[in-house]
Amino acid sequence: MSLDTVKNAEQTPDAAQPWAELGLKEDEYARIREILGRRPTGAELAMYSVMWSEHCSYKSSKVHLKQFGEKAPENDAMLVGIGENAGVVDVGQGYAVTFKVESHNHPSYIEPYQGAATGIGGIVRDILAMGARPVAVMDPLRFGAADHPDTRRVLPGIVAGIGGYGNCLGLPNIGGEVVFDSCYQGNPLVNALCVGVMKHEDIHLAQASGPGNKVILYGARTGGDGIGGVSVLASETFDATGPAKRPAVQVGDPFQEKLLIECTLEIFKEDLVAGIQDLGGAGLSCATSELASAGTGGMRIELDTVPLRDHTLSPEEILMSESQERMCAIVEPGKVDRFLEICEKWDVIATVIGEVTDGERLEIFWHGELVVDVPPRTVAHEGPTYHRPFARPSWQDALQADAPTAERLARPADGAELKDALLKVAGSPNQASKAWITDQYDRYVLGNTVLATPEDSGMIRIDEETNLGVSVATDGNGRYAKLDPYAGAQLALAEAYRNVAAGGAKPLAVSDCLNFGSPEDPDVMWQFAEATRGLADACQVLGTPVTGGNVSLYNQTGDVAIHPTPVVAVLGVIDDVTRRTPVGFAEEGQLLYLLGDTADELGGSAWSQVVHNHLGGLPPKVDLERERLLGEILIAASRDGMVDAAHDLSDGGLAQALVESCLKGGKGARVVVPEDIDPFVFLFSESAGRAVVAVPRSEELRFNDMCGARGLPATRIGVVDGEALEVQGQFTVTLAELRDAHTGVIEALLA
Amino acid sequence: MTTRVGVVTFPGSLDDRDAQRAVRLAGAEPVALWHRDKDLHQVDAVVLPGGFSYGDYLRCGAISRFSPVMDTVIEQAKLGMPVLGICNGFQVLCESHLLPGALTRNDSLHFICRDQKLRIENASTAWTRDYSAGQEIVVPLKNGEGRFVADGRVLDELEAEGRVVARYLDLNPNGSYRDIAGITNAAGNVVGLMPHPEHAVEPLTGPTTEGLGFFTSVLKQLVNA
Repeated sequence: MSLDTVKNAEQTPDAAQPWAELGLKEDEYARIREILGRRPTGAELAMYSVMWSEHCSYKSSKVHLKQFGEKAPENDAMLVGIGENAGVVDVGQGYAVTFKVESHNHPSYIEPYQGAATGIGGIVRDILAMGARPVAVMDPLRFGAADHPDTRRVLPGIVAGIGGYGNCLGLPNIGGEVVFDSCYQGNPLVNALCVGVMKHEDIHLAQASGPGNKVILYGARTGGDGIGGVSVLASETFDATGPAKRPAVQVGDPFQEKLLIECTLEIFKEDLVAGIQDLGGAGLSCATSELASAGTGGMRIELDTVPLRDHTLSPEEILMSESQERMCAIVEPGKVDRFLEICEKWDVIATVIGEVTDGERLEIFWHGELVVDVPPRTVAHEGPTYHRPFARPSWQDALQADAPTAERLARPADGAELKDALLKVAGSPNQASKAWITDQYDRYVLGNTVLATPEDSGMIRIDEETNLGVSVATDGNGRYAKLDPYAGAQLALAEAYRNVAAGGAKPLAVSDCLNFGSPEDPDVMWQFAEATRGLADACQVLGTPVTGGNVSLYNQTGDVAIHPTPVVAVLGVIDDVTRRTPVGFAEEGQLLYLLGDTADELGGSAWSQVVHNHLGGLPPKVDLERERLLGEILIAASRDGMVDAAHDLSDGGLAQALVESCLKGGKGARVVVPEDIDPFVFLFSESAGRAVVAVPRSEELRFNDMCGARGLPATRIGVVDGEALEVQGQFTVTLAELRDAHTGVIEALLA
Repeated sequence: MTTRVGVVTFPGSLDDRDAQRAVRLAGAEPVALWHRDKDLHQVDAVVLPGGFSYGDYLRCGAISRFSPVMDTVIEQAKLGMPVLGICNGFQVLCESHLLPGALTRNDSLHFICRDQKLRIENASTAWTRDYSAGQEIVVPLKNGEGRFVADGRVLDELEAEGRVVARYLDLNPNGSYRDIAGITNAAGNVVGLMPHPEHAVEPLTGPTTEGLGFFTSVLKQLVNA
């Protein structure tokens, strides 16, 4: 095989190169030639092509993502912002928390088990690379119609992959979402979130500084997996006799990752690294160029020292391989021996592959020959930027005009019909119990899980002495966002914010995973622009900055894009986890209060979907000041013991919240419909800014006073009582009936 | 003198810190033991925690059983030292032939995590004497390969000798023969249990605190010994 060295590239300026097959545009290839002053070598072309891909460079989205920084609210808690592996937030007592949500959508559709498994693996390494011990994961998932045959192929594999990897890694899975909608039929969304905890002084950054410092690659050997669409480099163009086409999806080994975590944490503890980066998308290309770019700039790598699973791999393939469970550290020479010793203790392979230089170029050698010689910033941080055209879709007005009014969609006329609607919604795949899925995940490991699915948020104790804890909720509603992407993104944030507050934690920061169709479609680009603008504006009002996240584009089949689906994760802090508030109604006689205002808002609602298969109108109105007030009340009530249960109201409205709280706590409720409201709207409207709480009788006065003084509407709607949910004057449904409707739904469809 | 209870960490052990916490809450001193170290550091009892030691490669527990620390654990167990194997630890004990039978893939073929009701059948082992025979408890269960199997003769023998320590109630989560959740050796010092008592030791994080009894039991056993 002939090696395409820098020298060779200089001597053969006109050699044909497969830039188009690698996904580069003609002007992008021209720009690479301009940067280098010659044609790129094969290895350089490989690096630029993966680093300038949409996935790594955010070239279509970054002009919009900028707002998250520009509009970021003042927030003293932010320790590390956007741009690092993950953002870091101060949670007090010397602790810092890092969290991030990411997508692994496309691999999971092709190979559900490994796609979902390596999604967990990747996000966990991002968190680890910040210096934190990963303490929990969550998975927001979206699938096609629950009764579609392909969902039966995709879902069990994805769930098994998340469980198989996460369980073996020893991280509790404490929440997330499972949503079914035919718009995700060919494009399931597999998002994964990880939370990690560290002390302030343990924060690590991805940068290579200090000439003479060693570059150590450690973890799994590098194989040919995950080379993906760029596998053309392994075929005819470069070497017709080389290895055949590689699998595009990476293969995970959670055992190796568990060793990598423990080994890395021990290395951090002894303060042995000057900079660190995990190897994820774009593998070594990404790690070396990003570390060098964020540091002083110079780095020299001997690529032939990289431990391989397959000795026939070419330099291009080694640079692009996305083999899992690998990390890259920058280590001072005097600390290298101890570093390698700890790796040996954990049976982790570690190899010095290069060093930081005092130059400004990333130089990569293959058996002594220079194959890459580039300014690292041009690879990692100065990729192309697109200002893609966008325009409000022609169909948007008609969609919004198709409101679910009583004239258009028949509403339940009496108590019997209301009961029927309640059971239908509670038993629909989106609102039914997801226990069959979440029971395949370990929620107990590490022994610090305070709240987990089906609670509103997942909550983890981070200090056993002081009971300091953090909580996370993820939410997203593609139906709302389709009707109005600006409001839809804000509603996703509002719901996650509310969920965190309902558990008793104070919302601090946001991570987002923006799942959209093709950016080349102006309709989709408009949805993206609107959603990012909506989210940035809302984060500013709520004081919760976006700390990082991920964009997943091209989620579409042919011309049909998924619903725009911004998934928003909110992180909160709680000083004393023993004060947390669960969703279940557990104490008879406690009083039920509905907090917030209920209007006739059914656009995009669960009821309109389940009963009428309808999507039209406008989503519920957003009132961020109200959300903030509601949050403050929920947190104060939780802290001061004024409420014993709280559940946010979202899809399915009050009816669904009552069903869930009754079943979780094992107690019924007697509810009265207030005089000034239609019973159907009372039960099924999805007005935002609301929650239902259970107040001990002894606390009623104090709770009412607080709501009155702060100006939050609080309506007493009933009492926790008996073995049935009774809506007085309308219907009674026993807990047994509710349980029959709400459970067993998913397994009946999929098992 | 404080009772010292060792908790072994194999590569891939996951519930080792949880087991240490349970030991501490029961009033003993947890001692971390490392798989490569033959020395048990003067512990009075040993817990083999849950997890996926060696990634469950080959067979659950099959590689761990050959680790240096297990040589000493096996030797001491035969001399009467109390040893509790939880989940993966139970699998290691079976692979080590300290306990009969084997643990195979759940009959549902899925990993399952649930709050599980158990009946304590034998309250005279080193690890169950703080319970009463017939007592019902709820502790978390989480396993992918938790189905206890053995041939009919072994099962009859276990039952005849009262060596079934705990049985699943209401629902058999993994298809274990005769609803067996845990067993003991003839001497009653070695116990293997598929569910996780170490996750039911605090009201904040567990479904109950009914798992603590396993850890307080061994303390009493050692103090009285």
